[in-house]
Amino acid sequence: MTSARTLFEKVWSDHVVVAETADTPAILYIDLHLIHEVTTPQAFNVLHEKGLHVRRPDLTLATMDHSTPTTPVTSFKDMAVVVGESAANQVRRMQENCDAFGLELLGFESDKRGIVHVIGPEQGATQPGKTIVCGDSHTSTHGAFGALAFGIGTTEVGHVLATQCLLQRRPRTLALNINGNLPNGVGAKDLILAIIGQIGVDGGTGHVIEFRGTAISAMDMDSRMTVCNMSIEAGARAGMIAPDDNTFEYLASRPRVPQGAEWERAVARWRSLKSDDGAEFDKSVTISADHMQPMVTFGTNPGMVIGINDPVPDDGGDPSFRKALDYMQISAGKPLTNTEVDVVFVGSCTNSRLSDLQQAADIVKGNKVADGVRMLVVPGSQQIKKDAEALGLDRVFAEAGAEWRESGCSMCLGMNGDTVGSGQLSVSTSNRNFEGRQGIGARTILASPMTAAASAIAGRVADPRPFISQGK
Amino acid sequence: MKPVTRIQSRTVVLPTTDIDTDQLIPARFLTTTSREGLGQFLFHDLRFDANGTADPNFVLNQPGADGCRILVAGNNLGCGSSREHAPWALLDYGFQAVISTEIADIFRNNSLKNGLLPIVVDEETLQYLLQNPGINLDIDVAQATLALPDGKTIEFPIDGFARHCLIEGIDQLGYLLQHANRISAFEESRPWKP
Repeated sequence: MTSARTLFEKVWSDHVVVAETADTPAILYIDLHLIHEVTTPQAFNVLHEKGLHVRRPDLTLATMDHSTPTTPVTSFKDMAVVVGESAANQVRRMQENCDAFGLELLGFESDKRGIVHVIGPEQGATQPGKTIVCGDSHTSTHGAFGALAFGIGTTEVGHVLATQCLLQRRPRTLALNINGNLPNGVGAKDLILAIIGQIGVDGGTGHVIEFRGTAISAMDMDSRMTVCNMSIEAGARAGMIAPDDNTFEYLASRPRVPQGAEWERAVARWRSLKSDDGAEFDKSVTISADHMQPMVTFGTNPGMVIGINDPVPDDGGDPSFRKALDYMQISAGKPLTNTEVDVVFVGSCTNSRLSDLQQAADIVKGNKVADGVRMLVVPGSQQIKKDAEALGLDRVFAEAGAEWRESGCSMCLGMNGDTVGSGQLSVSTSNRNFEGRQGIGARTILASPMTAAASAIAGRVADPRPFISQGK
Repeated sequence: MKPVTRIQSRTVVLPTTDIDTDQLIPARFLTTTSREGLGQFLFHDLRFDANGTADPNFVLNQPGADGCRILVAGNNLGCGSSREHAPWALLDYGFQAVISTEIADIFRNNSLKNGLLPIVVDEETLQYLLQNPGINLDIDVAQATLALPDGKTIEFPIDGFARHCLIEGIDQLGYLLQHANRISAFEESRPWKP
């Protein structure tokens, strides 16, 4: 008799090359290794030193996203002027390593390049039931497709390049049931911020989260990716969502999915990738989406988050909490609305997909970015940029006074020169409000694309809902 | 990797909770293609102000911190980014062990792969360590114990395989490469191909 299994257990057990014992971890096979310029050069150095080759170039996909400029440049020389010598060198090294090891690179000149967690799904390389890793914590994004996807360090990048495998202890499981439906003006970003606020930035440590329930089933794939993307901000090893018709519809037209009869067989297999009735999780949390509000962070980690109209809580004597409020120059006791904004960033692997840009554009349309506010809109990939331009979104943003850029990680972490100035307040659709994340001394409020757009227009932190009812 | 068997040192204490890897090493220093020399960037924006002047109030800039090999931090150390530059920077600066009540998964994993010992202790022990900065600890990796100056010994959890690799200085890539035949057999036997 087979006992009831979770989605995670099904994908995990399908990839065990050597089972774990008390003395040794499992050897886990990896179906897709995504690589980018920041976390690979030291791993390639090890392969060079040891005379090793890449075991499965066909299961490895490379791009460049972190250190790349978001203004158009045509040469490495020009790139160095924009992003700095060191970042440009890293981009050049990526090209050299991919050439040397025979790896497919969606490089700087490719119209398929973009943020690694955007292009994996966009190209259809991300598929249900796969194990997917990348030297990047936001690899959890790909779990939206029912893949087991997690971030690894550079030493492990070397392990996967050389052996296509990782040494892993089996994580525990956490069921996150989200009942009800998200109200109008409240999106996937608000939901995941509310979840992190509830379970804490370490609430998922050691666990793989499975997001379930009506609010998740109702979501399109862009929204599911936003939710899974920020699993890591709750400390989780990965986030997963069982694939369904939304998943298959998203993938059906993508270039790298199985074709013809192979597609039918794949979908039949993918349909079995859900937690069986009665499957047991190590932990379970249930949340209602029904009365959820737009969420904004007020501190220096994503768990320090409140509803847009709620007052900032006081420190309760916690010195780390006090330190965070001091850094943010935010006082307890009143809501963040009316806090003046310097920069608005719409982008990152969390919120740079077409529907994110569309939601921001719907609010911006016919309005002007407030005086003194800089709004930067950075699509997640060159393909999204093209699709958005076909819909005229670039013109909507430009006419409002926002900057429309080439794709990349950009101001999420400011490795490419796109930074928030010291002391400036940014409302950002990215994933981390850590001290200095967007630039030295930068103060970051995380929010949805709708809240970010509304804040850009208002010039202060703003509830997007009045803008939505106004526009429709 | 050099074997790590015993660590004897005074502690440096950073009581802040949720110290993320952006604090450990800011992203702008990740454009390097080397793993060497990153100690200068450790806690950079906490150690130095915008002009590059050392902040005398930051614990690593105080004389007592010189030569300390053990960092004690508030709960949930190393959350955030997967950057292995964080343990590389800690090791290059001279740290050999980090202690907290919780250590984020990827950071803990990366630390073990490089010979930086991540030690998880209970709340009572952490509070004692936070309230008594600079005390001498004697860490025995084989026994997985931490001895306090008063002779009290505390056991800490560590995965048996990780401990074995630390003590013997084993490179886990070599271990994986030894299983090449098993990996090939797995690839051939799969009912579906990625």
